[in-house]
Amino acid sequence: MSLNTTTMLRHSDKKFYFLTLVLAVCTIATITLSTGMGYMSIGAGDIFRVIGAHLFGDPGMLDGLEKTVPYVVMDVRLPRILTAALVGAGLAMSGVIYQGILLNPLADPYTLGISSGAAFGASLALLANVTALGHFSTPLFAFVGAIATLLVVMRLSTFNGQISAQTLILSGVIVGAILSAGISFLKYLADEQVAIIVFWLMGSFSSSTWTGVMLVGCAVLFGGTVTVFLGRDLNIMSLGRRSSDSLGVETAKIRVILLLTASLVTAVCVAITGIIGFIGLIVPHLMRYLVGPDNRKLLPASIFAGAILLLLADTVTRAVLPVEVPIGVLTALIGGPFFCVIFRQKQKGKSYE
Amino acid sequence: MSSAALYDIAGVSFAYNSTPVLDEMNLVLQSGRFYGIVGPNGCGKTTFLDLLIGCKVPRTGTIRYKESPLASYSKRDLARELALVPQEFDTGFGFTVEEIVLMGRHPHIERFSAPSREDWETVDRAMAAIGIGDLRHRYTNTLSGGQKQRAVVARAIAQNTPVVLFDEATSSLDVKYTLQIFNLARNLVRDEGRTVIAVIHNLNLAAAYCDHLIFMKDGRIRHHGPTHATMTAETIAEVFDVHAQVTKDPFNQAFQVSFQYWE
Repeated sequence: MSLNTTTMLRHSDKKFYFLTLVLAVCTIATITLSTGMGYMSIGAGDIFRVIGAHLFGDPGMLDGLEKTVPYVVMDVRLPRILTAALVGAGLAMSGVIYQGILLNPLADPYTLGISSGAAFGASLALLANVTALGHFSTPLFAFVGAIATLLVVMRLSTFNGQISAQTLILSGVIVGAILSAGISFLKYLADEQVAIIVFWLMGSFSSSTWTGVMLVGCAVLFGGTVTVFLGRDLNIMSLGRRSSDSLGVETAKIRVILLLTASLVTAVCVAITGIIGFIGLIVPHLMRYLVGPDNRKLLPASIFAGAILLLLADTVTRAVLPVEVPIGVLTALIGGPFFCVIFRQKQKGKSYE
Repeated sequence: MSSAALYDIAGVSFAYNSTPVLDEMNLVLQSGRFYGIVGPNGCGKTTFLDLLIGCKVPRTGTIRYKESPLASYSKRDLARELALVPQEFDTGFGFTVEEIVLMGRHPHIERFSAPSREDWETVDRAMAAIGIGDLRHRYTNTLSGGQKQRAVVARAIAQNTPVVLFDEATSSLDVKYTLQIFNLARNLVRDEGRTVIAVIHNLNLAAAYCDHLIFMKDGRIRHHGPTHATMTAETIAEVFDVHAQVTKDPFNQAFQVSFQYWE
């Protein structure tokens, strides 16, 4: 019987490793494909040559390439593509954490109002032109805004020491609406800089830089490490406070650590690219069908799938559509209806299988 | 009062915000016994269990477990000593029964280790003892209330702790499974010398299975002691405000509580 169990487990683990490998390969393929797409078509071989030349510092690898190709790849496309992939990964990761802790499949940085909070903080920084901390100024303001929003939303939905799942999203939407009004007010005050805020708010990768890539990359790496470290605890916390406490999980402490981590990752993503909704909602939801509820499997799968999804969406607006639709608008247009479907399923009492 | 007390509870009180729930609790519990906690709804039984497992912290007073204050144990250390079978639990995003039972091994497995063969064997044995082997790969959110409760009992058994606390754990079980769980608990005490502390609503089950009873009312301990001394018509009338008669059942020789049903 126990032998049987062990083989069964190995089987499901194998499936997971295979799936993760497939997703990782798909991520790299999507990055390569997107880099080649655009006004100027570039072959995969040329892209690898340019990257190789930079990695190994060997200009000889660029022989025979058009002069503009290295510039287009390294300075125009790759920063934007990597930012899109990393932000997608970060938002999906935040979604996994929020959904896991709050036990609510509708929770994500956007529906909880966290994104709006971060955007409000970042708008303040942009408006006041805070540059005291260099590249970290906007993300830092965004982080403070995200944490403050998280606290308010959780406080609003807590009754008798219990977070009510029903009121949580409602609180998030209300607080998000107030913050959106606040952002509008900031825009009204902004006068000359209003264009910067407006364009950034709609979510855009067009002004991505290598600094942004580094920032989001560090946030995703940090968040991923924390979540992998606490993955088993997060699984057990889904049984509720009394059960997880009695199983040896420092529930209260871990909850705070994970919520702060998810909010930090969200804040950095928002500070770099504006509000991009629903990625954190859709991706964990889809991946749960594929790998099950175990957060240790859900996290890597969601990170790759989030990267692929947001990068594909960005590539569509950049290279396929005749006009460049702001990415935040596109994800909301796709994700909004998806939210409605999950909401209906949840109302009907359908659960995950 | 023997020197090796399992629990030493002294002057403990607890309140939710300004609502007092437990008041001046003083109690010593010994290991190797089957304790039953009985009392009317809302008298603080579940809160008392929460204090015993360290999930809540008393407002005043101290709880000592094996002579050290409960607060001095880490959650992980406590989880190797105490297992809880809660009344109900969230099913989360739907783990399988096997995964739920394996979570009982959490305090025994290092952070980055996979479950060992021994862990799996413990899980298998626990599931076999409860008879839920056939539910192994079922998702918990597709189970009936009774099946869920049995999965949680199996998890507590897999946790393999010297003390097991039950919070009205048989409330949605039929008579067969209720007796199965109670017999299992009794065997833990008789054969393995473990301690069981159970909140029980059914007075006949409490009288039949427990060595010692703790009668609670309005956040206080009214009576405690050996079952034969505390399970009396007077105690039941005082604590529950109902008229009852306690006799020996001729069929199973256990105490039999009969109630006056019609006024």
